[in-house]
Amino acid sequence: MIALGQFLEVLIGGLMTGVLYSLVALGFVLIFKASGVFNFAQGAMVLLAGLALVRSLDLLVARDFALWVAIILGIGFAAVVMAITAWLIERFAVGPLVNQDGLTLFMSTIGVTFVLEGAAQMIFGSDVYPLRLFPTDVWLLFESHFPGGILVSKLDVWGALIAGILVAGLAIFFQGTKTGRALRAVADDHLAAQSVGIPISWIWFVVWLAAGLVALVAATVWGTKLGVQFSITFLALKALPVLIIGGLTSVPGAIVGGLIVGAGEKIAEVFLGPHIGGGIEYWFAYVLALAVLLVRPQGLFGERIIERI
Amino acid sequence: MLYREAGQFKTTYAEDMAIFPNRQDRIALGILLGIAFVGVPLLATFHIWPFAGDYLLWAILLPFLILALAAIGVNILVGYCGQISLGSGAFMAVGAYSAYKLGTGVHIPLAWPGFAIAIPPLPVLVSILLGGLAAAVVGILFGVPSLRIKGLYLAVATLAAQFFFDWVFLRVPWFTNYSPSGSVNAPALNFFGLVVSTPVERYLLALTFVTVFAVLAKNLVRGNLGRQWMAIRDMDIAAELIGIRPLYAKLTAFAVSAFIIGVAGALWAFVYLGSWEPLAFSIDRSLQLLFMVIIGGLGSIAGSFLGAAFILILPIMLNLMPTQLGVPLSTETITHLEFIIFGSLICYLLIKEPHGFARLISLGKEKLRLWPFPY
Amino acid sequence: MRAPDRNKILLQVEGVSLAFGGVKALTNVSFDIIKGEIRAIIGPNGAGKTSMLNVINGFYHPDHGAIAFKGLTRARMQPFEASRGGIARTFQNVALFKGMSALDNIMAGRTLKMRRGLVWQMLRYGPALAEEIEHRHRVEEIIDFLEIEAIRKVPVARLPYGLQKRVELGRALAMEPDLLLLDEPMAGMNLEEKEDMSRFIIDVNLHYGTTIALIEHDMAVVMDLSDRVVVLDHGVKIADGTPDEVKRNKGVVDAYLGVPH
Repeated sequence: MIALGQFLEVLIGGLMTGVLYSLVALGFVLIFKASGVFNFAQGAMVLLAGLALVRSLDLLVARDFALWVAIILGIGFAAVVMAITAWLIERFAVGPLVNQDGLTLFMSTIGVTFVLEGAAQMIFGSDVYPLRLFPTDVWLLFESHFPGGILVSKLDVWGALIAGILVAGLAIFFQGTKTGRALRAVADDHLAAQSVGIPISWIWFVVWLAAGLVALVAATVWGTKLGVQFSITFLALKALPVLIIGGLTSVPGAIVGGLIVGAGEKIAEVFLGPHIGGGIEYWFAYVLALAVLLVRPQGLFGERIIERI
Repeated sequence: MLYREAGQFKTTYAEDMAIFPNRQDRIALGILLGIAFVGVPLLATFHIWPFAGDYLLWAILLPFLILALAAIGVNILVGYCGQISLGSGAFMAVGAYSAYKLGTGVHIPLAWPGFAIAIPPLPVLVSILLGGLAAAVVGILFGVPSLRIKGLYLAVATLAAQFFFDWVFLRVPWFTNYSPSGSVNAPALNFFGLVVSTPVERYLLALTFVTVFAVLAKNLVRGNLGRQWMAIRDMDIAAELIGIRPLYAKLTAFAVSAFIIGVAGALWAFVYLGSWEPLAFSIDRSLQLLFMVIIGGLGSIAGSFLGAAFILILPIMLNLMPTQLGVPLSTETITHLEFIIFGSLICYLLIKEPHGFARLISLGKEKLRLWPFPY
Repeated sequence: MRAPDRNKILLQVEGVSLAFGGVKALTNVSFDIIKGEIRAIIGPNGAGKTSMLNVINGFYHPDHGAIAFKGLTRARMQPFEASRGGIARTFQNVALFKGMSALDNIMAGRTLKMRRGLVWQMLRYGPALAEEIEHRHRVEEIIDFLEIEAIRKVPVARLPYGLQKRVELGRALAMEPDLLLLDEPMAGMNLEEKEDMSRFIIDVNLHYGTTIALIEHDMAVVMDLSDRVVVLDHGVKIADGTPDEVKRNKGVVDAYLGVPH
């Protein structure tokens, strides 16, 4: 008999983690939707943003700056770092490849991943740096109905809030604004966009900068949860099934996909895991994504890919 | 001028379709094979430079050969058939562990029939080949999604395979013969009475395998199946219209590719590592193989060799350079530098020559045709 | 022009209708193609000509109606079945395999005829090699026929448009089809190239006896080459007959001039 309370706790915890996955996935969707490039380096960008933030924060606090000032300056510094990175990436990695096919661009982002990982750690250090931007304690809810109450992490709730705001903002941006629509057009056909005079270099820079800022937001939440360290880059790998399930081009899909993956993973691990040896969190999300792919190749919310001759 | 083809006439189609139609190419190949099969073993046996120690043979040539074989397998799937795969490490693992189980004897007690499936330890050669076959079966299974999904989505499906098998070989103790540490030792390399143990012997074994498989692979990609694969890669809708069955073409690509990668995995475990754990075949390995193929040249057997050489040599050079130049760097910094240089090289190569070293070499040959004349 | 065998209908299109959402691509179109003839399908832009070819090919499945090919009626056919049945096709936007040479592209067209399996090809010995050489012979005949010997080893991506179209024709011919569907084979060509291509099409019909259905915009070409013409406009058949009959048809003239009717 599975206690309802325990189930709810696992479910809520999983859903919350899922939202945090979505935060990373959003960066992917942004770049893919606006340039047709799948950015393998998103995880590395989270690491870079996190390292820039936490190290500058630590430095400023050590110099006796007030905490709030330090936070603002730190975020500002990290944002500048991401802007420079976006410029470099556009100029030297993906810009020159604008007329190549998606696979080549994808491989290039793998190269970028390595460069970012190496450079970030060389410049900012490769230890584990704890980040304290959000409360990390927990709430115990519904203590009267369930023995012990249901554990809900405050950090997770903050993360969910932030993700919600980001999603709303991005959705409005892509659906509502002229620039957003233009970006979607560019993503469809680079050559056509160029021949019409759209300045792709500038647009791609903006897109990568935006993705970098999304990465920064993700870094603040994940950095508080795990500490800023190299293994954060593996989040990118976790975001992949989220994207597949939600659909690569869908902002709401990233959230829904994240929820499904987060909840599914945790529930599978806690209730299924002990029977098969444990550790299935490792691959469960991927197998789930595979199953979705077989039934609906474009993901739950993605656009159907129609090929014509 | 050196590379002039004038005067070399082909009078039959067979000659025209040969792997190396140029006399110069054939000479070069002959020299290379001579060095590989005769020169290297001789030098190594008598410890003549550069084979004074075992390092060159053991740490560079041997892994190079086996990884080049794996790269050929990956190239067939990714380069010739255009199906992106991030799960090659898993195929190597399947090959290695299947060969291991078959080489150490399989015993599966079945509950309801009441008896057990018992297979005695098989000879090493058979185990390795059957390991490849097992990988081929797995390859077909994980190739089935490729009929409906392409590109990136397929990459994720292959990642599923990678992570799943990582877990299987880590958590299912049957595969490691219930080893407490999780790592296993390869059975003795006994080929019909000949025991392979010294570095030179291992090298020759790997070299033989690689040469045979490279020829077989080259034959395949030159023939009708190779054309089917490339047609699917270039335009699968048009391919269907000339009678190519996407199902058959894609699944054979997965099967052949996985077979070769599986054999390479078994060789890696048995001949190179000797004893190993699942980490040897993790996603890092998959990415490494993918890079070899991209850098060496997608859709080129020779390119697989070039890419393998490059990816293997680079970290070693990066490791040696600081000490050679007298600049003291911590190992951490060296690792980070490796990452940076490696990533930059990938980006650079993709921009300069998306078709990899193989294309650079054929461009070089074009220049050689005229050299020393400018045009 | 070779006299088509009046008694043998190779392809019968019966009441085919096709709609994409609200757009009616084809409405109740019926016509036949006689064995050995050159049949032109013409009409203003958007008339549904390419959709018609796609239906014959098995790319699109009609909402209503059926296609009878070589006596066998089918409502739905897969592209693979069409090619195996003897239908080959070229495309408006050249659908060649860009990563391969011209020779390899045409050799790829021999796929259906090649028998030797994977293991034989791997060993490339004896029977497999003999088969490869035999098909190379046939392909070289086609290359000679189309006068593209000089560029056979060139990767098709590097060829000029006119030559690419010829290679695509060669690939279709390599299938030794009963019915050859040509989608605007002269598009984007200058006068000289058009004359060459016309000559090839006639030769294919005469020399190989292949039945040809072609979509074409150049009226002079259509009138000269074809035995009979079908005219489509907005998905509806508005005329069907010899070139002379169709030329004099007022409805056809109106359709092209854009006069609403």
